[in-house]
Amino acid sequence: MEEDLKVLIVDDEDDLVSTLVERLEIRGVDATGVCSGTQAIQLVENNGFDVVVLDVKLKGEDGVEIMKQIKEIQPELPVILLTGHLSPEASEEGFKAGAIDYLLKPINLNDLMTKMREAIAVFKKK
Amino acid sequence: MGRLFQKFVFVDEPGEGGTSSRYRRMWRNTVFAVAAVCIIPLLLITTINYYLYQQSFQKEITQPIQRITAITKRSLESFLEERIAAAKYVASRERPEDLFDSEKLAGIFSRMRQSFGGIVDIGVLDSEGIMQTYVGPYDLYGKNYQDQDWFTKSLVRDVYVSDVFLGHRKIPHFIIAIKRDGAKGKPLIFRATVDIEGMVRQIQVVGLKRYSDAVLINRDGLLQTPSRLCGQDLVPFSGEVPPYSEGPELFEDVKIKDSTFFMGSAYIENSPFIFIILVNKKSLMAGWLAYQGEMLSILIASVLAILLLIMRITNRWVMRIREADLRREATLHNVEHTNRMASIGRLAAGVAHEINNPLAIINEKAGLINDILEYSGDSPQREKLLKQTDTIIRSVNRCSDITHRLLGFARHMDVKHEPVGLDALIRDVLGFLEKEASYRDIQVEMKVTESLHTIHSDKGQLQQLFLNLINNAFDAMKKGGHLLIIIENATPNSVSITIRDDGSGIPKEDIEKIFEPFFTTKKTKGTGLGLSITYGIVQKLHGTISVESELGVGTSFIVTLPVNRP
Repeated sequence: MEEDLKVLIVDDEDDLVSTLVERLEIRGVDATGVCSGTQAIQLVENNGFDVVVLDVKLKGEDGVEIMKQIKEIQPELPVILLTGHLSPEASEEGFKAGAIDYLLKPINLNDLMTKMREAIAVFKKK
Repeated sequence: MGRLFQKFVFVDEPGEGGTSSRYRRMWRNTVFAVAAVCIIPLLLITTINYYLYQQSFQKEITQPIQRITAITKRSLESFLEERIAAAKYVASRERPEDLFDSEKLAGIFSRMRQSFGGIVDIGVLDSEGIMQTYVGPYDLYGKNYQDQDWFTKSLVRDVYVSDVFLGHRKIPHFIIAIKRDGAKGKPLIFRATVDIEGMVRQIQVVGLKRYSDAVLINRDGLLQTPSRLCGQDLVPFSGEVPPYSEGPELFEDVKIKDSTFFMGSAYIENSPFIFIILVNKKSLMAGWLAYQGEMLSILIASVLAILLLIMRITNRWVMRIREADLRREATLHNVEHTNRMASIGRLAAGVAHEINNPLAIINEKAGLINDILEYSGDSPQREKLLKQTDTIIRSVNRCSDITHRLLGFARHMDVKHEPVGLDALIRDVLGFLEKEASYRDIQVEMKVTESLHTIHSDKGQLQQLFLNLINNAFDAMKKGGHLLIIIENATPNSVSITIRDDGSGIPKEDIEKIFEPFFTTKKTKGTGLGLSITYGIVQKLHGTISVESELGVGTSFIVTLPVNRP
């Protein structure tokens, strides 16, 4: 069980977010899901998330831009990007802006779990 | 011979048909136009030059003839004048009784002969035409000349010079007759006979050459002196009698006995004589004819040289134009191909991206069902449901595999440049496929040339390129197949990699399509993107890819890569 994990999932697909949250919760992860970057920024400020899983392409918003704002609020918060595909331009920009890792859609949940744990481990070391 | 011919004459490439005959037309029209521009002025200049030169040459030939005619006319006239003047002097100064005195006349004759050559005899005739006194070599005393033409004419003129005639003595001569008054008012005629030898000598100073002739004729056209061309004296002259003119005249193209002559003529004053000089045109113009021949050969040689040069240069230009056209067509074709690939790629990327989100949802929903089943303990339908969700997840994975490939095909990547050892890189790629090779008993052989160039290119892209090609080869081969990879230096600046399988081969009609996106022969397995991605990578890396295949024998893909980026 991963009781120590507090995760924020950000994706514009409502169905995806809710299902993912449910699946993570089954695995004992404290997961919160939102469908917009603005909501995510608001939540980041007051809740002590361990990691954020953020879709690069949000409806009407730029995921990388949202990440930058998150990083301004919580520089220590690791962000994993979700992308429809591995576009090096997007991922490079994402990495430059501070993303720790990325994950391809559709999501392999086991991969997501591993990457989240790794991300937290990296940040904790720092 | 054929190759030499093709250096000058544009020949259509076999099988190029309609478009090529356009180049042939272009070649022909250019050759005609340039040849016309070059050769017409040359011909014009040559023709003008020809006529000018002919004129000056003719002038050079005819001027001496005119000069000789004039000089001879003068000398003949003065020859005659001297003798007429002497005869006149004698006839008018001596008293008639002295003239009838043989001894006195002999004295006069002797003095005259001393002063003037050519006088054969002299005599005095009375008005009846009887020779009253005679000094000379013949016995003409008492001869009656009343019926002779010259006597009749000399009675009506003070001075009369006769034609040349044979007379009693049967030797050609002519007469100078001076009329004066004698006793009782009757006229008497003082007559001097002149041998034509003197005249002949005068006209022969002309220095006649083999091909010319100089004669005296009278106004009736009878020869007065022997002629080389027309025979002895007193026969008709073979040419026409020239019309009267005071000065010397020149006639070109006078035809006598099948030859053409320049003819100089001069009427000799106070006499019936006409001086004629004939110069054979053909012999005189021999130099001109030789020049004409030379000029014609030079002209023909120049025209030929110009034509050959024009043909050769035009041929080279048209060939270059054809090459450039072919290159442009190939480039256009490539651009078209690239554009088509790009637009298909964009479309594919759009579709893939849109599909990825619902796929993710399906994936998560199936995953959630799985989770619920996993964590909720035994349920009557658990196994059955788990099977269904597994199938859903597998299908989602297949779909996502396709969408990721589609996106990979469409994405534009900056090409990196790093030193790449192709042999090591291909060995790495083969490493991925080791398991499959051993499982399917496929034998992989690699031949690498010594001192292979290290190329500067993108490792990642190259890996994908060769992975695609080797994967394809594996797919084409049956169990126990043989794959040969040859890596060698193609040129000092490029490396070629041949990947040869002994698989099923590609049908001829498919070869052109294999690089097109979504073209596949693998039916269920392939996405039809592998080779089009490969093609795109090769293009990006400034290389070339070609394929040779024979059904049932196998397929070779030949990739050529530049050592350095151009």
